[in-house]
Amino acid sequence: MAKGTTVVTGHAGAKITLTSPDEYKDEPEKDPVHIRVRDLHKSYGKHHVLKGMSFDIFRGKTNVLIGPSGSGKSVLMRQLIRLESPDSGEVLVNGVDYTKLRGRALDKKRKGMGMVFQMSALFDSMTVFDNVAFPLREHTKLSRKEIRDRVMDRLQSLGIGAAWNRSPAELSGGMQRRVAVARSLVLETEILIYDEPTTGLDPITTQTVDDLIREAESKYGVTSIVISHDMASVFRIADYVTFLYFGEIAATGPPKELLKELSGPMMEFVRASGVSVEIIEAARRGK
Amino acid sequence: MTDAAAAVDGEEDAPTAPPTDSGNVEEEEAAPSFLTVVTDKFFAFLLAPFVEIGMLARMLFEVIYWGFRPPYRARLMIQSMEFVGVGSIFIVSLTGLFLGAVLGLQLADGFRQFNAENQTGAVVGMAMTREIGPVFTALMVSSRAGSAITTELGSMRVSSQIDALTTMAVNPVQYLIVPRVFAGLIMVPLLTTLFVIIGMFGAYTVCVHLLGIDPGVFMDRFRWLVDWKDVLQGLIKAAVFGVTVTLVACRQGFHAKGGAAGVGAATNRSVVQNAIAILALDYLLTSIILGQV
Ligand SMILES: Nc1ncnc2c1ncn2[C@@H]1O[C@H](COP(=O)(O)OP(=O)(O)O)[C@@H](O)[C@H]1O
Ligand SMILES: [Mg+2]
Repeated sequence: MAKGTTVVTGHAGAKITLTSPDEYKDEPEKDPVHIRVRDLHKSYGKHHVLKGMSFDIFRGKTNVLIGPSGSGKSVLMRQLIRLESPDSGEVLVNGVDYTKLRGRALDKKRKGMGMVFQMSALFDSMTVFDNVAFPLREHTKLSRKEIRDRVMDRLQSLGIGAAWNRSPAELSGGMQRRVAVARSLVLETEILIYDEPTTGLDPITTQTVDDLIREAESKYGVTSIVISHDMASVFRIADYVTFLYFGEIAATGPPKELLKELSGPMMEFVRASGVSVEIIEAARRGK
Repeated sequence: MTDAAAAVDGEEDAPTAPPTDSGNVEEEEAAPSFLTVVTDKFFAFLLAPFVEIGMLARMLFEVIYWGFRPPYRARLMIQSMEFVGVGSIFIVSLTGLFLGAVLGLQLADGFRQFNAENQTGAVVGMAMTREIGPVFTALMVSSRAGSAITTELGSMRVSSQIDALTTMAVNPVQYLIVPRVFAGLIMVPLLTTLFVIIGMFGAYTVCVHLLGIDPGVFMDRFRWLVDWKDVLQGLIKAAVFGVTVTLVACRQGFHAKGGAAGVGAATNRSVVQNAIAILALDYLLTSIILGQV
């Protein structure tokens, strides 16, 4: 066990290893762990949805949160971006507790965090260009030309420059995701969260969205958090996987590590997803 | 209980229960007794209007709070005023014309029975400025602009566009609701004025050209009975209704849930609540104003 780590118990006694922020106290931007979620709880009335979640999100990597429907993935996401406030627990982003922020301080931090919603959530009263320009017009004093340059740069680098003048409704699902990513990246975004970005898309488009997530990461150096229930995409894109099971963490780590000690609900989930056994076996045998 | 639900229900005590691939999983609870259900429903029904008024009051407070904070989005204000105001000119004019005409017809007929048809202009004018103008204009704005506002905000809510605003650090109340309520406050009094003018024109046309009432007498009686206090009363009501109509419409859309069907239900509620709110407020305002004068 590495220095400064602690172990907590997750679902069904699973051991979750957590890092400590102390080592990088003075320069939190250099910490390989970007976000630390610690003992997060959320209930709606009597319905206890998040039952004390703790895990790490790694900087500049693709972190996939996976789990069956209803396991609390979207609820967790809503706490991470503070659309809702958790009942208790911490979300430390670069060492700052996000759950304690209010008003202006929260809005300031929000600009560093982008969100790609399940159905893209583009403003359908605006063109693609205006959608992507929206955060710049709201939050910066850039000139018209600067805005145009920045927006077109993002659109072109994501391969949708030609669609700048169209309305979101005219675009395919895959292109809409691209616009949503462009809109989320147009400010100085450090963290990009995707809620089930490939649900409802055909396999080919799914692949292009997976590539898009990788692209956004390599071009802009963002930390990606991808919420998914698609096991196949985990193998394609994940650097780290966290498996949620009805409000608890069942396992977390790099995908190969997890596959080696597959058990319990995660095993069932992987089997049911139809991911070939060979892949799993290969992962177990080889390093 | 379905098999899927049963499997999930056992999840608490049997950790290795397989996950289900069925949609959202609700936690099962012991079924409450019939009596509790009935009493709960009954009290919920009694409380509902107060809960609703509470939510509206809260939203109004937020609108005022955010309305006075920069940035002031002039472009959105103008867009909303155009949508609520300019967009309603046609329907408001048309209903005003017919309502004025039919009032002229009915009242002239009624007054003729005791030889007082000369008073028609005065009575139509007073009813129009004080009551019918603001109430009908508000009802028309609610069914045209209000329902559209609810549908638009409702669709934005269920497709996460409102959440997207929040995550982009733009306050959705300030961005979406403030301009619309402001438009209601300004435009409904203006539309009411238009309604009354066109309504009077309708009544005048029917009375003078169809029923042969002397035009000079019609106008003279109108000027004699209707004064600036009546106009003020009408405009105050119109302003209150304008805020109410847009606020209720925004509130229903803003809190819509449950996909396209949910948006439809919200639009429905918006129009019904507005009709009730306008008439109830009309009585309340009238009693306050008449009590003072
Ligand atoms: N606003 C809410 N009020 C009450 N219950 C909720 C709310 N949002 C989610 N839930 C419940 O929380 C659980 C997890 O939901 P969710 O996070 O949407 O699951 P998923 O992992 O499929 O995204 C579900 O049982 C759902 O019914
Ligand atoms: Mg979800």
